[in-house]
Amino acid sequence: MTDAATNPGAATPRKSSLLTLDDRTRRRNASEARFKAYGITAIAVALFFLIVLLFSILRSGLPAYTTTVADVEFTVTQAQYEEAESQLFKTKAYEQLFIAQLQDQLTESGMQVEFDAAAIERIMGKVGGNIREFYQANPDQLGQPVSFELSSSSRVDGYYKGRVTREGLQESRFLQLSDLDLVDALAEAGIIRQAFNWNFITGADSGVDNPGGAGIGASVVGSFFMMLVVLFLALPIGVAASIYLEEFAPKNRWTDLIEVNISNLAAVPSIVFGILGLAVFIQFMHLPQSAPLVGGLVLTLMTLPTIIISTRASLKAVPPSIRDAALGVGASKMQAVFHHVLPLAMPGILTGTIIGLAQALGETAPLLLIGMVGFVARGYPDGIAAGFVDPNSAMPAQIYTWAARADVAFYEKAWGGIIILLLFLMTMNIIAIILRRRFERRW
Amino acid sequence: MPILWLVLIVLALGAVGYILGRQRAMASAGGDARHLHSLPSYYGSNVAIKAVVPALVLMVIWLLVQPVYINTHVSGMLSETAIPDNSSRGLVMSEVRRTAEGLSNAVNQGLMTEEFATSARADMADVTQRLKDAGQIVTSEVTQPIMRAAQEYRVLSSSLQLYMSIAVILLALLGAAWGLRESQKDFRARNTVEFSVRMLLIGAASIAILTTLGIVLSLVFNTIEFFRLYPAADFFFGLNWAPSFSGRGGSSDLGVLPLLWGTLYISIVALAVAVPIGLFAAIYLSEYASSRVRSVAKPMLEVLAGIPTIVYGLFALLTVGPMLLKVFGDEGLGIMQAGTAVMTAGLVMGIMLIPFVSSLSDDIINAVPQSMRDGSYGLGATKSETIKQVVMPAALPGIVGAVLLAASRAIGETMIVVLGAGAAARLSLNPFEAMTTVTAKIVSQLTGDADFASPEALVAFALGMTLFVITLGLNIFALFIVRKYREQYE
Repeated sequence: MTDAATNPGAATPRKSSLLTLDDRTRRRNASEARFKAYGITAIAVALFFLIVLLFSILRSGLPAYTTTVADVEFTVTQAQYEEAESQLFKTKAYEQLFIAQLQDQLTESGMQVEFDAAAIERIMGKVGGNIREFYQANPDQLGQPVSFELSSSSRVDGYYKGRVTREGLQESRFLQLSDLDLVDALAEAGIIRQAFNWNFITGADSGVDNPGGAGIGASVVGSFFMMLVVLFLALPIGVAASIYLEEFAPKNRWTDLIEVNISNLAAVPSIVFGILGLAVFIQFMHLPQSAPLVGGLVLTLMTLPTIIISTRASLKAVPPSIRDAALGVGASKMQAVFHHVLPLAMPGILTGTIIGLAQALGETAPLLLIGMVGFVARGYPDGIAAGFVDPNSAMPAQIYTWAARADVAFYEKAWGGIIILLLFLMTMNIIAIILRRRFERRW
Repeated sequence: MPILWLVLIVLALGAVGYILGRQRAMASAGGDARHLHSLPSYYGSNVAIKAVVPALVLMVIWLLVQPVYINTHVSGMLSETAIPDNSSRGLVMSEVRRTAEGLSNAVNQGLMTEEFATSARADMADVTQRLKDAGQIVTSEVTQPIMRAAQEYRVLSSSLQLYMSIAVILLALLGAAWGLRESQKDFRARNTVEFSVRMLLIGAASIAILTTLGIVLSLVFNTIEFFRLYPAADFFFGLNWAPSFSGRGGSSDLGVLPLLWGTLYISIVALAVAVPIGLFAAIYLSEYASSRVRSVAKPMLEVLAGIPTIVYGLFALLTVGPMLLKVFGDEGLGIMQAGTAVMTAGLVMGIMLIPFVSSLSDDIINAVPQSMRDGSYGLGATKSETIKQVVMPAALPGIVGAVLLAASRAIGETMIVVLGAGAAARLSLNPFEAMTTVTAKIVSQLTGDADFASPEALVAFALGMTLFVITLGLNIFALFIVRKYREQYE
């Protein structure tokens, strides 16, 4: 067409060679390369986001697992004990003893720092009370050297983790610049050191003013009880529903209605399930608020569509010849399904269930509505029955509570909690992958 | 744990029934299983099912109805005068429940005799003190009407509990007896058992419908209640969102439009991030990538989908927000005031949606028949020309469906916006300003000790209803498009 338009009459053959590319081909090739580059860029961007996300989780979360402690070897004699107990301010007396011995230790290692009781209190909290408690509980330790491991205040901890700097420090009743000199001296003397924060893994949530004492242990237990409820309700109900829909359901309006419902429920926002839980389980049925049982029920309803969809897929993957063979030797339809199809579909069903559970484990929004917020996780439940009905939190809700607090020191806990949550999720997903690899069968 | 015991007793009856039923059937066949209609275990199962299922169903129904019945009965006892002016019937009822629980706990701890707990009439200060000694949470002083109601509550619930246990065990025994009577060699036990199992399967499948029904009913009733207290027109067309927290004052502005705008704006930003990246990633993975690249990149993308939303929320609040603030804040361009903004939440939500868009589009692109590509290559088109002019148009309806599904996810997403978008509801075009969404406000209106009778709490249900209707509409439309497209090529 173009040739005809530019050279009317003279139809000369176009001069082009297979060996050199003409402009048009070059343009087309360039656009091809560009298009491919867009694709590579898109994937690179997505992976970059993933790396940034994982990096910031690790960088901000790992400090939560260390804490700053002070090791002090300390001796109280019987006479000192009795004298301290006879005074009006007993803990004050212990504190004086402690400070005197600390001063000795510092001079021993050649350090000269001035400090008073208030500074010690700012750095290590109420030392005197801790010491008194210990000796009251163990009077036989009097007169012998006892090494105490005292956890330092969250601001000193922040000094080591870069949250508190000398330049940015605002002198307050919580921490003063001179305290940091003392901290440095103590660290040089080997008294203050970093230790693994067991309390973070085993402890319960602490008050708003004590970020150092916050732990995720109690809410891990809450999550565990919730997952038990989900597992024991969602798995049997989901499998039963899938068996019916896949193997028995006649094609009628009722079945259609169920199918449409399930695919819609899978896409309903999770917070709507929270509203359902609040209105039906708590408002209407008067089940206890903040209980893992209610959380488990809500998450069960939320996970059911996932489990049903994956179970149906694995039931569908079992070839019809298996059913035909069972029916052929005289099994009833029910026997064929339960004795032959279901066992063969089991690995797929379990994989789907684990993935559904992992999804439920990370869900936060519905739990907030039924009252499973972090600050109710103040301790471990007393027993198995109490574990289901006593107010507790769950890991993601606990993380949310920490993230919503004003004190910056809680952010570190939130990131640290995320590491634990992701470890659980990773384990579950790896189990699912192993199950799939180990038992997957191609027909 | 009387209910746990009850369940165990019923299950034990079922187990005994199984053994007896089996034996009886075998005996009727003279010990030879070949003379039975069904396998012996079916006779046992028949008895067990008849003992356990009706009894447990009765128990569940009873447990559901009992609190409602007690509530209405006790609530009827409270006269209007017993309800303080600044309170409501619901609040007083919860106090009654608390007092009743406190009495029971005090009796359990041995601080009160049963008789005292049920009959104390005279000295309310003494009762309050005793309850406090027992470590029970009670309000300043228990008043006469509340005490009486609480006592009635206790008596009623304990006697109903007893009736329930008797009724359930009786029903289990009756069921077992019925099953045992049937256990004769000619009885078609397998058919009966299979029928019951089938009914159980249907019941399980119907839970999906019950859930939807539960969602719709709980939303509808509370929304109607809300519109009784607050005019619907003001809710749907109000331009101002300012709930009062002072209590039961009617001075709240509860207009939904600023929230809807925030939701929409954040979703648009999220889709603007997720759709190009997700789509190009899907195109590259399905058309260009070698199978090795694919086997690495695809699972990596799916890791993004497996990360819980709370993690993204924290990422928005603590990493992306401060990062954006450094560039657009006062030290940079000066158009961003705080780390929480539409941009922050939208960007992070976009990252969350990338794998969602890419895996859905990947499926759809793969479903386009290879013959169409081959035809295009045969005419001399390059790969990108084939994708742009043949594959994409063919896959377009499906991709639109995928984008709609992603949009419905973005609208319903909660944790990212709660942490990343801020709390101020405003109508603004600046994407670096804090805005809030429907979901974030549902959380903030319903957490804490909300009184369910106030419009400030009930508005959350109206918001939930709005959210449910919007996402449901999007989902149905998207599924319709995707399904219609799939039928074209299969």
